[in-house]
Amino acid sequence: MIRFENVGLRYGMGPEILRDISLHIPERSFQFLSGPSGAGKTTLLRLLFMSLKPTRGLITIFGKDRSRISRSELPHLRRRIGVVFQDFRLLDHMTTYENVALPLRVRGREEATYRTDVTELLKWVGLGERMHVLPPVLSGGEKQRAAIARALIEQPEILLADEPTGNVDPPLARRLLRLFIELNRLGTAVVIATHDLGLMEQVDARRMILAGGRLDVYD
Amino acid sequence: MTELSVEHLHEEPAEMAGAVQRVQRKMAPIVPAQNIAGRALVLVIAIMTFLSCLTFGAVTLVRDTASVWENQISREATIQIKPVEGLDMEAALAQASQIAGEFPGVKETRIIDRDATARLLEPWLGSGLNIDELPVPRLVVVTIDENNPPDFAAMRAAITPKLPSAALDDHRTWVDRLVAMARTTVTIGIAVLALMLSATVLTVVFATRGAMAGNGHIIEVLHFVGAEARFIAREFRWHFLVTGMKGAAAGGAAAILVFIVFSWWSSRNMATPQADQATALFGNFAIGSAGYLGVGLMVLVIGALTAATSHATVVTYLSDIDIRQPDAN
Repeated sequence: MIRFENVGLRYGMGPEILRDISLHIPERSFQFLSGPSGAGKTTLLRLLFMSLKPTRGLITIFGKDRSRISRSELPHLRRRIGVVFQDFRLLDHMTTYENVALPLRVRGREEATYRTDVTELLKWVGLGERMHVLPPVLSGGEKQRAAIARALIEQPEILLADEPTGNVDPPLARRLLRLFIELNRLGTAVVIATHDLGLMEQVDARRMILAGGRLDVYD
Repeated sequence: MTELSVEHLHEEPAEMAGAVQRVQRKMAPIVPAQNIAGRALVLVIAIMTFLSCLTFGAVTLVRDTASVWENQISREATIQIKPVEGLDMEAALAQASQIAGEFPGVKETRIIDRDATARLLEPWLGSGLNIDELPVPRLVVVTIDENNPPDFAAMRAAITPKLPSAALDDHRTWVDRLVAMARTTVTIGIAVLALMLSATVLTVVFATRGAMAGNGHIIEVLHFVGAEARFIAREFRWHFLVTGMKGAAAGGAAAILVFIVFSWWSSRNMATPQADQATALFGNFAIGSAGYLGVGLMVLVIGALTAATSHATVVTYLSDIDIRQPDAN
């Protein structure tokens, strides 16, 4: 589904942050992306999400060469990828329900066609009672789950989550992990960027470790 | 997500139905309706529109008044006859009136009689004046067809040999001066209006960009959830069009109100010395249909300008995100 071949990335004239990264994320796969803070996990996720272009190497996303994807094609391809940002990026003037429904709304769909789906999804992530609440009054864990729900509402083929358990206590982290596993079981490929070793030990999944700008993959 | 397992559900079906009911309300707008920057933008636009409309109205007023001055003065000429030894003034006046009246382009001639002349001099010489005791020149007013003015040089040539003490004043010097003054005033007014409009355009552009700066995170989120650039631009354009129109309409309405109040004041105080003075200078303080149309047009232009600025800001922002290279981070 997504393939990197000798990908390198540098900021300006500085040293390469990522060097000779080669990886393959197959359909329906589950993997952790780990490494120390500042190793470039978020940068690698941004490359996967096409919000950055590599300075060298080849990235193929859904069979298309990243360097040949036009700006008009990007929104359509992005709809096939769900992203959970580390800082959630929920819109504070919209309720949880409206935030989760946003990807469908921007596609011009009528609310009546997705109301039930959004409500069901919010209940699935345990936010059934908080769907009419504005993000500023949600707890960190609730915001995290709202962000996850928003990433899932379009049934993406792959979900990228940046430190999804970074702001939650261990019991909620385990619950979120179960949610990701459940999602993967239903057919979505999952990439979780985390430096939480405890979390990774709970699942027997592929690990991609970033260190010194290089990536080692442990199947 | 209809295939998702429901093992995580915590609520009963009845509660779920209630929740679905609750969401059947109007969705929040994608761009928040009002924030501090938005309110400030409305206020700035209202003030700038108000000032622009006042300037526009003032220029319209001056232009119309100048044109009225010009027409009124060029509509008349006067023959002045100075009293000299042995001149029968009444006969001379009648003769001058007759000569002038024969010229094509002269509509009417009117001799200013003794009483009227005395009234003219009353402010300087007081009442009870005997006009025959003073060597006061007398006047014949010649009303002219503005579209077909007479040949003043020929008229002068016809009058002077017969009445050497008569002088024809066609007000040309006055008219020329007034025309020059009116044109200068209108030119200055247009220059002030141009400056005012430029200041308005720049203020609206910068205020809109300022208000947009607080919306960067919304553009980014919309972009990352897969919204197309034209969708995002349309949302912001519509929002800022409404904001701009609100401010511009408020400013334009306030300006129209000022003109109506002045017009009302001027008509109410008609025949009082101060109102007469103001009317003599500015006409009747009405800006006319062209003025109101101009105010309406200005409101539309400012609304469109606000929308266009927000559109350009969104497009630039999105373009920056899409072509963002690693060195931009």
